[in-house]
Amino acid sequence: MDLSIIINFSYIISAALFIFGLKMLSSPATARKGNTLSAIGMLLAIIAALVSQGIDYKWIALGMAAGGVIGFFAARLVAMTAMPEMVAIFNGFGGAASLLLAWFEYSGKYQGNDLAPVFTAIVLVLSIFIGGMTFSGSMIAWGKLSEKISGKPYLFSGQHIVNIIIIATALGLSVLFAMNPGEGNFYLLILIAVALVFGVMSVIPIGGADMPVVIALLNSYSGIAACAAGFVIHNNILIVAGALVGASGIILTNIMCKAMNRSLANVLFSGFGAVTVSGAGGQVDQGEVRPATAEDVYYILEAADSVAFVPGYGLAVAQAQHQVRELGEILEKNGTDVQYAIHPVAGRMPGHMNVLLAEANVPYDQLIEMDDINPNMETVDVVVVIGANDVVNPAALEDESSPIYGMPIIEVHRAKTVIVLKRSMSPGFAGIQNALFFNDNTRMFFGDAKASITGLIAEFKGS
Amino acid sequence: MTPVFLTFVLVLSIFLGFELISKVPSTLHTPLMSGSNAISGVTLVGAIASFHLNQSAFGIILGTAAVCLATINVVGGYVVTDRMLGMFKKKVGGEK
Repeated sequence: MDLSIIINFSYIISAALFIFGLKMLSSPATARKGNTLSAIGMLLAIIAALVSQGIDYKWIALGMAAGGVIGFFAARLVAMTAMPEMVAIFNGFGGAASLLLAWFEYSGKYQGNDLAPVFTAIVLVLSIFIGGMTFSGSMIAWGKLSEKISGKPYLFSGQHIVNIIIIATALGLSVLFAMNPGEGNFYLLILIAVALVFGVMSVIPIGGADMPVVIALLNSYSGIAACAAGFVIHNNILIVAGALVGASGIILTNIMCKAMNRSLANVLFSGFGAVTVSGAGGQVDQGEVRPATAEDVYYILEAADSVAFVPGYGLAVAQAQHQVRELGEILEKNGTDVQYAIHPVAGRMPGHMNVLLAEANVPYDQLIEMDDINPNMETVDVVVVIGANDVVNPAALEDESSPIYGMPIIEVHRAKTVIVLKRSMSPGFAGIQNALFFNDNTRMFFGDAKASITGLIAEFKGS
Repeated sequence: MTPVFLTFVLVLSIFLGFELISKVPSTLHTPLMSGSNAISGVTLVGAIASFHLNQSAFGIILGTAAVCLATINVVGGYVVTDRMLGMFKKKVGGEK
């Protein structure tokens, strides 16, 4: 039998394993096995590729050894709070690898001859452009997430015009290249530079708080780049796997957009995250807030039958997840039913809060999604909101003039009692005043989240 | 393989991808992203299969860099995802 048939057959099995792996990711109980299955699929595809005849093992081994060591240690050493940075950087590497592969294929096979059909020229240009912008965009996203560069949106007048010029230039270069790919090396080099600039330009206008959307989108781009590279080298496993990643990133982007109340177009045409706060918030009534002391909160929690914690970004900042879990365990021993209600955008990337709580040993069956807890909110005795603000703001449901109107929220105002842990009365990210704080059934527990919860734990232990 | 056939594969994969990913609960979105980082490292397979002998020095640099970066994604992505998913535990002492 022809060797290439065996290789391609192995690729089909790999693709099936990727698909099963993703399917098993639909439940936390099977997810880890799914990941292993996916890794076995990858291993099989790599072995199949290594069987190919006439390949240069020396350099492949060198690249794999270096990459393997770097990847392994990076993955072992990274802190869970730094996952967004890690994913951002991996997105970038994925894009860069696809760019390099396409460039490599061009320089080795098509440069200086006229063997490349137009189709190949087009996919070459695509994988180089998407790969390049994914790389530089991801590096900017990484810089913003790790605060190496300012998280502030960077805007200047005429930004859109500059972007249009960049895209037009890229299109022009692509056409020039496709007309005569064999002699097009010069155009290709400029195109790489243009792609890198475009990646930077598309991420700098986006604010740090909107990075979850951006890394989801870049995740998708890295898949699309791999897919395009698959077309360049006529390899169907790259196309299948790239398409899966591309689809995954698009879905996540969409979920993030919905959860943050923004349209995808708003993301793609940049300039968002700079939404200036209109006068909408902060007017009318409000009334008085009812502050509570640690002792008051202790009595409320002590008497409750069911408690739901709503953790937000503030919890991750205060690094209070271990204290929250400890308090949760004390409450459970006390016979209270404990849940954690998690908004899709809680944390610094999609699903980040769940990972942080899982790291603090919160069992996953207590992690409840927004859509699952909202219908049962009336039956919850006490909701403890920690470091979350906009995602529990009832204005999103009621006040049409509010900038967050239409955003899905955890409807804590329908619970019997709400305790809000907050540093001060200052408004959240969106700069909108929160009517929840002035409700009759809301008590404000002011102070640093970590210190406040430690205080509560002390109250329980002292009693 | 013809472009038409490859596009056929692409279109089916996209539909399958949407179908699969929309079933992933938001609890697991971070592992999903790091796991898809690993899968997008599939470029490694392409880089290996295309790394024929007798490359120019420049080609060797490009190819080795591609192999290295893609391997970082594959190894790093799977290892970190495994580490994360290992943290997701069911309630200790809870009825099985």
